[in-house]
Amino acid sequence: MTRKGRRLTLISCALAVVAIAVGLGLYAMRDGVVFFVTPGELAAKNLPPNTRLRIGGLVKPGSVNRTDGRNVDFVIADTLGEVKVSYTGLLPDLFREGQGVVAEGLLAGAQFKADSVLAKHDENYMPRELADSLKKQGVWQHNGEAAGTSGAPAK
Amino acid sequence: MIVEIGHYALVLALALAIVQGVLPLVGALRHDGPLMAMARPAAVLQFLLIGLSFAALTYAYVVSDFSLVNVFENSHSAKPMIYKISGVWGNHEGSMLLWVLILALFGAMVAIFARSMPEDLRALVLAVQSWIAAAFLLFVLFTSNPFARIAVPPLEGRDLNPLLQDPGLAIHPPLLYVGYVGFSITFSFAAAALISGRIDSAWARYVRPWTLIAWIFLTLGIAMGSYWAYYTLGWGGFWFWDPVENASLMPWLAGTALLHSAAVMEKRDALKIWTIFLAILAFSLSLLGTFLVRSGVLTSVHAFATDPQRGVFILIILIAFIGGSLALFALRASALKPGGIFAPVSREGALVLNNLLLTTSCATVFVGTLYPLALEAVTGEKISVGAPFFNLTFGPLFIPIVLAMPIGQMLAWKRGDLLGAAQRLTLAAAIGGVGALALYAMRGGSVVAPLLCGLALYCIVGAFVEVASRIAGRGVPASVMFARARGLPRSSWGTAFAHAGVGLTLFGLAATQWGVERIVTAKVGEPIEVGPYQVVIRSIEPRTGSNYREWVAHSSVLSGGREVAQINPSRRNFAARQTMRTEAGIVTLGLGQIYMNMADQHDGGAVDVRLYWKPYVALIWIGGLVMSLGGLLSLADRRLRIGIAKRAKVRTPVRASPQPAE
Repeated sequence: MTRKGRRLTLISCALAVVAIAVGLGLYAMRDGVVFFVTPGELAAKNLPPNTRLRIGGLVKPGSVNRTDGRNVDFVIADTLGEVKVSYTGLLPDLFREGQGVVAEGLLAGAQFKADSVLAKHDENYMPRELADSLKKQGVWQHNGEAAGTSGAPAK
Repeated sequence: MIVEIGHYALVLALALAIVQGVLPLVGALRHDGPLMAMARPAAVLQFLLIGLSFAALTYAYVVSDFSLVNVFENSHSAKPMIYKISGVWGNHEGSMLLWVLILALFGAMVAIFARSMPEDLRALVLAVQSWIAAAFLLFVLFTSNPFARIAVPPLEGRDLNPLLQDPGLAIHPPLLYVGYVGFSITFSFAAAALISGRIDSAWARYVRPWTLIAWIFLTLGIAMGSYWAYYTLGWGGFWFWDPVENASLMPWLAGTALLHSAAVMEKRDALKIWTIFLAILAFSLSLLGTFLVRSGVLTSVHAFATDPQRGVFILIILIAFIGGSLALFALRASALKPGGIFAPVSREGALVLNNLLLTTSCATVFVGTLYPLALEAVTGEKISVGAPFFNLTFGPLFIPIVLAMPIGQMLAWKRGDLLGAAQRLTLAAAIGGVGALALYAMRGGSVVAPLLCGLALYCIVGAFVEVASRIAGRGVPASVMFARARGLPRSSWGTAFAHAGVGLTLFGLAATQWGVERIVTAKVGEPIEVGPYQVVIRSIEPRTGSNYREWVAHSSVLSGGREVAQINPSRRNFAARQTMRTEAGIVTLGLGQIYMNMADQHDGGAVDVRLYWKPYVALIWIGGLVMSLGGLLSLADRRLRIGIAKRAKVRTPVRASPQPAE
């Protein structure tokens, strides 16, 4: 095979692989991507049921209700709205009333069925999306000692 | 005093790094021997100075010197010694110091061990390496100084984040950093080659051991990090497609591609431009990872303090080095003469395919990692790209890699025989097929898992077919076969083991489908079914550790009524930070694991537990170890020994000529 022919084979192979990758990427972007909303935004948006979402806000004090051992209902709220969440499973160690959480799951009518719940991991850590939205609403309370701490998602 | 010496040594290292970055470069360009010769002692001295600085910080941690901000914020006098020492890099400042220490370590190793390299190439490599060191030393000294003092020292420190108080912290970051930062030396080699204009197969020979070292450590670091996340985060996940994990996966993919293309460059003098590009790319991705992790654009276990100033600083370093090297690349690449010719079906062709697939899969990870950041910056919309995206894009691109791996090993250089290769792989394919059918019959469920397991078996067996065919033969006595096996180049064994490791990991990943998860509220003494086993909590008792208190659920794992293992998950409360942490209990039975986690205790002795049976899960990490073993065997190959390169082959330096190629 000539140098030119060889190069042509190579380029067409490369194009084919890249085209496949782009195709796969675009396809995966349709359902592999999850939007983050706050309870306030959720109320305003009117999304269809069974949309996959991440909802972030504070656990409303007094709203946590363990229906039996592992089924938990609670309300995630911010200043602009609130949403009822039901979750089956073990909550993360740091799940507490009045603290920041992010729940991921499916929208079912007015309810939200979460399949994973992430909680704030220590005094200073909060999922960044949540910290941003709380800052925007002016309910951000930060003790100004952020240096040297870190957190991790707990599912 | 010791702390001040450490600080001073760091400043001195910066000054030295600048000198080392300039003088040998000038020397190499002017062919001035003495100037070039200063690169080696400078590199060694730079390492010693940064080492001294690192030792000083470690000392401050060991004696709990809370007059240092860094020690105060991340340590506690009651903390066990192992976490006092590993806590040195369990925070932003210390981990950046480790970063530059390893950077200097690679420079010093090149200075000491790479004796056979041409003087000017070595001077250039060490000069470029020193620029990187200077940039990061500036970063450490100006934005993340670990030696900052507190005017009024507190009596007690704030303790290390409980999540990090784990033996994993002692092992994972150093391994990962040696890998991550190790690619800096291949980058320096690439930049040096571009500056000198001498890009030939000898260059590939010099650079290959360093690439291998970085790759081995990165592989181990990623595997170790994944296992740490698995046992510490409490829900049995081992890979989260978290941006920070992706940041280590991308250099690994690019580095793997580089190892393979460097082989082509070394043997056949082809793919030169591409190999240089990959060397730049691998380290650029390491830098990108450092930026993502250290700038605070992400929140994760790995992102310590967030400070926008640091982000901007790293971004400037990133742009300067990537931009500079790519500009140099653009300037020189067109002047390169293309090397050896090969047919599409050949060892080279297979390696090109490998590179194509690896870099494309690397690109999909890149897009998935950076797209949410870009989208948020542009539209303000917040999305997360999770496992489904990566499984759908990365997965399908990786399957052909695994399929082609054994075939590529079988093909000859220049022109290969595809049909012959396929015939010799009949056995491997048959074992894979039978294995898939057997697993499907045994376990049922989705066909995906058995198919992937079959693919993995084909890959594991196929990896050794080439080696086996060179050893075994009809009527050959065992002693001869053994002698042949010993006589084979170690790099052949290395390839076989590394490829088999990929197969093992794939098998473990595919088998996760057969895992069982149970979340129950259990009473003491009540058996819980999980997969083929039962777990009984015998008692729940309090215990006091050095800087925490915990509740431990002493439990037994039963199989057919007989106790086969004990498992003791616990919940720890760290007083200094008022934080809870769950400690999973894990027992390995065969290649599978029982994973048990304790949550809330109810009144009346019941407790919420999460139990998993994970068949074959250990293979995921064993695969990583086997891959590294393969790398190590390759490294031990005579041909690749760092000092031997010169004698092994007559070099034919190809000066980059001003005429365009072809």
